[in-house]
Amino acid sequence: MLELKDNLVARHLVFKEKYSKIKWMNGMREQAIKTFDKVGFPNRKDEEWRFTNLSPVLSADYKLYPEGDEIPVRIEDLKNYFVSNIDSYNIVFINGVYNSFLSSTTHDEADICVLSCAMEKMVYQTVVENYYNKIAPKDESFTALNTAFSHDGAYIYIPDKTILSKPIQLMFFSTAKEEEVMYHPRNLIVLGDHSQVQIIERHQTLNQKANLTNSVTEIAVGKNAELDYYKIQNDASEASLIDNTYISQARDSRASVHTFSFGGKLTRNNLNFIQNGVNSNSILNGITIISGEQHVDHHTLVEHMAPHCESHELYKGIYDGNSHGVFNGKIFVHKDAQKLNSFQQNNNVLLSDKAEIDTKPQLEIFADDVKCSHGCTVGQLDENAMFYMQQRGIPKAEAKALLLYAFAAEVLELVQIPQIKNRIIAIIADKLNVNMEF
Amino acid sequence: MPKGLKPNLQNMLKVKNLHAQIEDGTEILKGVNLEIKPGEVHAIMGPNGSGKSTFSAVIAGNEDYEVSQGEIEFYDEDLLEMEAYERAQKGIFLSFQYPVEIPGVSVTNFIRTAINESRKSKGEEEMKGAEMLKMVRENAEKLNIKKDFLNRSINEGFSGGEKKRNEIFQMLMLDPKLAILDETDSGLDIDALRIVADGVNFFKNEDKAVLVITHYQRLLEYIVPDFVHVMNDGKIIKSGGKELAVELEERGYDWVIAEAAGV
Repeated sequence: MLELKDNLVARHLVFKEKYSKIKWMNGMREQAIKTFDKVGFPNRKDEEWRFTNLSPVLSADYKLYPEGDEIPVRIEDLKNYFVSNIDSYNIVFINGVYNSFLSSTTHDEADICVLSCAMEKMVYQTVVENYYNKIAPKDESFTALNTAFSHDGAYIYIPDKTILSKPIQLMFFSTAKEEEVMYHPRNLIVLGDHSQVQIIERHQTLNQKANLTNSVTEIAVGKNAELDYYKIQNDASEASLIDNTYISQARDSRASVHTFSFGGKLTRNNLNFIQNGVNSNSILNGITIISGEQHVDHHTLVEHMAPHCESHELYKGIYDGNSHGVFNGKIFVHKDAQKLNSFQQNNNVLLSDKAEIDTKPQLEIFADDVKCSHGCTVGQLDENAMFYMQQRGIPKAEAKALLLYAFAAEVLELVQIPQIKNRIIAIIADKLNVNMEF
Repeated sequence: MPKGLKPNLQNMLKVKNLHAQIEDGTEILKGVNLEIKPGEVHAIMGPNGSGKSTFSAVIAGNEDYEVSQGEIEFYDEDLLEMEAYERAQKGIFLSFQYPVEIPGVSVTNFIRTAINESRKSKGEEEMKGAEMLKMVRENAEKLNIKKDFLNRSINEGFSGGEKKRNEIFQMLMLDPKLAILDETDSGLDIDALRIVADGVNFFKNEDKAVLVITHYQRLLEYIVPDFVHVMNDGKIIKSGGKELAVELEERGYDWVIAEAAGV
């Protein structure tokens, strides 16, 4: 583990020379690599990483940019990973490099483009300097590492009172032929007051390499604005993802993040909401269906700082084989966050004797007039229900799928875009090995 | 079917010397023999713990029970070789004593899946939406089932009577060959009992058979059996006509048990 860390710190010297064009970022990167050098990668002695062993993904000798050839991919194959039948803006990166051919950006109703571009242009200066690296914390290992190495990602700015006409899809493909790559995508998303946006994000490895993506997304949600964000995680079984998402909410805003975790080797979602204004509402939804040796860890945090706020969190998990799930839901209620209404629930089904789930609600409440409920369950497939369904002529696999789908379906109720819902249902059917529409 | 053989002479269900045990090896069924022909209504009565419900569960293919000896044939096919869903698709329906709640699966969605899976297994096309809707409406009406009930999750929050009516509703929708009613009368008031019995009487014809498993004679006033069997300690110890049920109601089971023991 030491090796990768030292390696990264050493390689930062080369990196910072190569990407030194934007002067105001240099100091920030310098500070970040120093922080990373100091704190290092987390290990299982850290309370936040007790149940997730990073050593298997921190042992590879990652390249920071793919240097050799790329595997040939057909555009049609790439398009399969988009939510189809939907008109959308697209920001597409292949091996960390923006691909204008597959992208569809705009500067009309909003600015939906590439971060590296936005950084160089004066017109975006105020927004970038006000928000970039301002919402994310400075002292967290993976976030600092991302700040040190990131040089591109999506830039989304929705002006005040703009309801974006179509959703945005953010796609990150990996096609490097020979080497394993560590990616550091960085997205900056700013919603003006009274604006609305829907975003879909997906990371996809196509080269059967054990790539590691360490992604940071900062989102500022303006007054009375509405964010609806979908993370579709169904990556190849070799690939790993550390997702760090930070959302700051102004008064009367509503932000929902739906995380669908079906694929990958190791996935860690650090999902953080900071409610800065009164009457803000945060919604955190998740469905996890994994098997084999897969590992998915959801670490969520909602910081309630202002009165009259709400948060609603519902995560469901289905674990088969030797898979391992982690849910840690932290609700932090500051002393000013009176009249809070907060709900958290994590339900899990273990389909095999070897599957494991570690689930932990973590409520820290410093206000005295709040309503906070939480609950978690771990169960197995209901054998009585299985027999009942089979007695009516439904074969085992279909009966099982119907039961598991029914278990998870509640989470899908809040999905606003029908095409996304259908896509997720199709992936669920695929994961459960049935050909059903439910 | 060979020419000249009347359909009702053919055996539908043939149970021979059936022994079944639970996981810990305790034998529950100790040699059951029973033959049911199309068009017949059979009733199995007996005291609590005699093995009545186990018998119905074993016919339906519940894997909680292991068949250690004996045979079950359904239209000359070996039932014990089939999985529970295959038996259902062949036309065996079990109305559960305690219907299971399945949150998140609506009655309509469930029945649609069940019908279409059965059709798929026979190489038939899926039932058209309109046809299904018509059937649902007709059968729901027969059982005095309200519309909103069909959109609710199966058995979730249903009253005892609603659960049993839902079982009979599913029976009418799936249109099996053999309907096994396991204590369908328990927990029903007299009105619900009449509705359920009407449903069963509507279902039954010369091609269908009904096996009623009950503790009380009450249901048999409405669903009149051709044969009544008394089960005790995992065996059928006495068989007779419908008058046997009345006698059992009046005199209890002790005399039959004593008679069988040769006392």
